[in-house]
Amino acid sequence: MRSVWRSSWALVVVLSVLIAGCAREAQGPATGQLTLTGAGATFPYPLYSKWFSEYAKVNPQVRINYQSIGSGGGIQQLKAGTVDFGASDAPLSNEELKSMPGPVVHIPTVAGAVVIACNLPGGPDEVRLTPEIIGDIYLGDIKRWNDHRIAAANPGARLPDLPVVVAHRSDGSGTTYIFTHYLAAVRKAWADRVGAGKSVDWPVGIGGKGNEGVTGVVKQTPGGIGYVELAYAVQNSLASARVRNAAGNFVKPTLSTTQAAASGAAEAMKKDVRVSIVNAKAADAYPIAGFTYLLVYRDQANRAKGEALVKFLDWAIHDGQRLAEPLLYAALPPDIVIIDEAALRTIRFQGKPLLEK
Amino acid sequence: MSSVTSRAHSLRQRGVFGANASDRVFRWGLFVFAASVLAIIVVLGYELAHASLPSMRHFGWRFLITSRWDPVHYVFGALPFVYGTLVSSFLALLIAVPIGLGAAVFLAELSPRWLRGPVSFLVELLAAVPSIVYGLWGIFVLLPALRPVQVWLGQHLGFLPLFQGPAYGIGMMAAGLILAIMVIPFITAVSREVLQAVPASQREAAYALGATRWEALRGPVFRYARAGILGAIILGLGRAVGETMAVTMVIGNRPDISLSLLSPSYTLASALANEFLEATVQIHTSALLELALILFAITVVINAIARAMLWSVSRGMAQGVRE
Amino acid sequence: MTSAPRRTRSRVWEAKRKAANGTMWIVACTATVAAVIPLVVILYYVAAHGLPALNIAFFTQLPKPPGETGGGMANAIVGTLVLVGLASAIGLPIGILGGVYLAEFGNNRFGWGVRFAADVLAGVPSIVIGILVWVIVVVPMHSFSALAGGVALGIMMIPTVMRTTEELVRLVPLSQREAALSLGATQWRTVFKVVLLAAKGGIITGVLLAVARIAGETAPLLLTTLGNSFWSTRLDRPIASLPLQIFQYAISPWDDWHAKAWAASLLLVLLITVLSIAARYVTRGRLRAVR
Repeated sequence: MRSVWRSSWALVVVLSVLIAGCAREAQGPATGQLTLTGAGATFPYPLYSKWFSEYAKVNPQVRINYQSIGSGGGIQQLKAGTVDFGASDAPLSNEELKSMPGPVVHIPTVAGAVVIACNLPGGPDEVRLTPEIIGDIYLGDIKRWNDHRIAAANPGARLPDLPVVVAHRSDGSGTTYIFTHYLAAVRKAWADRVGAGKSVDWPVGIGGKGNEGVTGVVKQTPGGIGYVELAYAVQNSLASARVRNAAGNFVKPTLSTTQAAASGAAEAMKKDVRVSIVNAKAADAYPIAGFTYLLVYRDQANRAKGEALVKFLDWAIHDGQRLAEPLLYAALPPDIVIIDEAALRTIRFQGKPLLEK
Repeated sequence: MSSVTSRAHSLRQRGVFGANASDRVFRWGLFVFAASVLAIIVVLGYELAHASLPSMRHFGWRFLITSRWDPVHYVFGALPFVYGTLVSSFLALLIAVPIGLGAAVFLAELSPRWLRGPVSFLVELLAAVPSIVYGLWGIFVLLPALRPVQVWLGQHLGFLPLFQGPAYGIGMMAAGLILAIMVIPFITAVSREVLQAVPASQREAAYALGATRWEALRGPVFRYARAGILGAIILGLGRAVGETMAVTMVIGNRPDISLSLLSPSYTLASALANEFLEATVQIHTSALLELALILFAITVVINAIARAMLWSVSRGMAQGVRE
Repeated sequence: MTSAPRRTRSRVWEAKRKAANGTMWIVACTATVAAVIPLVVILYYVAAHGLPALNIAFFTQLPKPPGETGGGMANAIVGTLVLVGLASAIGLPIGILGGVYLAEFGNNRFGWGVRFAADVLAGVPSIVIGILVWVIVVVPMHSFSALAGGVALGIMMIPTVMRTTEELVRLVPLSQREAALSLGATQWRTVFKVVLLAAKGGIITGVLLAVARIAGETAPLLLTTLGNSFWSTRLDRPIASLPLQIFQYAISPWDDWHAKAWAASLLLVLLITVLSIAARYVTRGRLRAVR
């Protein structure tokens, strides 16, 4: 009996120490360390994750915890006020902006390519796909890989007789936003039946959670096809299709073709950063690409957090950009960096801009 | 047992309990803690109902029979999720009930004493494995193993609507299988208790008349245990309906109604896990919360029925003993 | 029927009865084997894939960005311990004290209402509890937090602990209570020093089982703790946890993360097995005597 008493007291002591420790930390960081919480897009997650890990070394006073829950999640949690910043590849529409509790600043951080990843055992290394084929696959009209339409675009290639296993996002996604805008632009049937957005009523396919989930489905299912960000496909050795762009060329999704798609956007961004770069006109532009944004409130409620946030964003659009290219994200063209700097200067606390420059 | 409490009552009536102020404080303190459980359920029901009001007002009863879930055009309906939840759960029961009951019979009636402990521990452990581990195992072991089986089924039994469509691996069949494995220990544990609670007199009477084990089981024992076993099965159903993680990882997340077991599907719980943090438009959030309300209502009803059956068994036992 | 002699008829009938009995044996044994096989298979895979990935780094390092190998899940392990501790701090008092109330004073309509509520709570899917806590804790606090996760898990512990406590307290013989009262003890002293002590084995079992159940819960944590890539034990900040990490890693495409997910699963399964064995050990002589 005594041992039971002793062990229960021991348990109580341990619990109280744990909770007291937590409570003390909860009262405020003793070392002056600040934690910021962000959530949102899975599209730039490999890069953002690297950024926050590097920035913790650059500025050990600030720790930024980012969780990739999808662009829709980023927007919703920013709206609910449960995170300090959001990340989304789908910019907020005017309607959505109005429903936010305060004005929101969009900071484009990098551009990325949405590749069509394919799992074709025994098939060609690089399948060529036209916009019509992609649309028909996602509409459910093309059901097998050796369909004559795919064969016509890939003369001489041996296509396996596998069913096409379509994968899409099950969560609210900016990647879906970019992809469905592309489909709506190139295929009228898609625009009429399904439309574009972060979450749509998919005619066919399996839902995966996040870019991670879709990549997982494609990787593990022979015959799988899915739309994922370039870094995910490359890091997981998935074959990406060559897509025919607006100029008629079958373009491979690479860093340079993404940059080609992004470079033409600077002019349009001067008016509104929420620019779509799908189906870009340049001859070597990859047609399914998009910018990704960090979303912050223009009027910050907490001075320390606001300052830390703005300092990080400043680092991200300058020093952080050199981490983008090794991960196959297109760095911001210099014109857009200038637009971003101006946007950063509008972020303020109690009316005064937070960025001293 | 009832004698203990009735005498406690009389002690209380004699004014022995609650004589001090400290005892009154004690009783009220305990009352608060007990009442908090009621409060949690009431708050839960209220919050779900309140938050689904916009969706209920907008869609009305059509919500329950609409089979579209379209966040672009703001058309939402619960039917695909209810269908997916019920079908995957019934599929799970189809597999789990024979296995679970058979194991319960073994443990309660047939097993030698030395085997009973280890085997029942193993079955208990099956219940203790977390859902997420089932999901992990499901993705990396069950799905690749299931794909060739599904291909075979499609080739040989594909004329049945049950086995049509491409063999993804992911889908209703995988979800049903994993749910079955998760539900077996519940059915076994509760059924075994019910069987063991049948008074020995009933069995002995049957044996005295020359019955075999099977005949005793089929006759008097089953008659006594019938309601309890049904309660155990319904309890298992309740568990299957509410299961989230393992199902989300293998069911395919596609709000579609299809007769084929090979096709992907979606359950109420999976939809909530995937979409809850991400609904940005109020009607979308409200529709999701209405799904949560429906799920809550289904589990409350199922569990109430199961408890009622199990409670009637224990009451019947007590009466039988008094006879 | 009348043509065959009586002895043969009864022998045929006997054979049929024996066959039926034998079939039941075979079916029951097959079913038991079928019930146990999945467990063996799952444990095998968890051990086979998890053991190779368990190393010192796993226990001491923070997670690395996706695509990079190495790192560990140290913050998730600590996070799970914090969450379990918090959940116990919330769920145990309500469960145990509520169970005592039901056992001592609970034979009225209110008591039956509480029992029914506890049964309902036991059946509520964990994702719905996560939604409840998101509405009443996360949104007002304007933050995902360890506290919200602890509240969600604590709520899930209550029914198990309450039910076990009530049963065990009821079983304490009245004679013990009367003895204490006759020595002049007040009611609350009686309960805390005599009754709970007598029932402690069973209550501890209930606690261990409840902790084993919530240690592996993922769905409520999805909506309440968000997750954290850094060290954090603060109650008002997001926190990492093993089940959540397993989920994120399992649905990701990176092989290194898959291996870590298996390792984390192995840890969780080991923890829960130990708790279950401990729960059984505590009551090994007790309940058999009572039965």
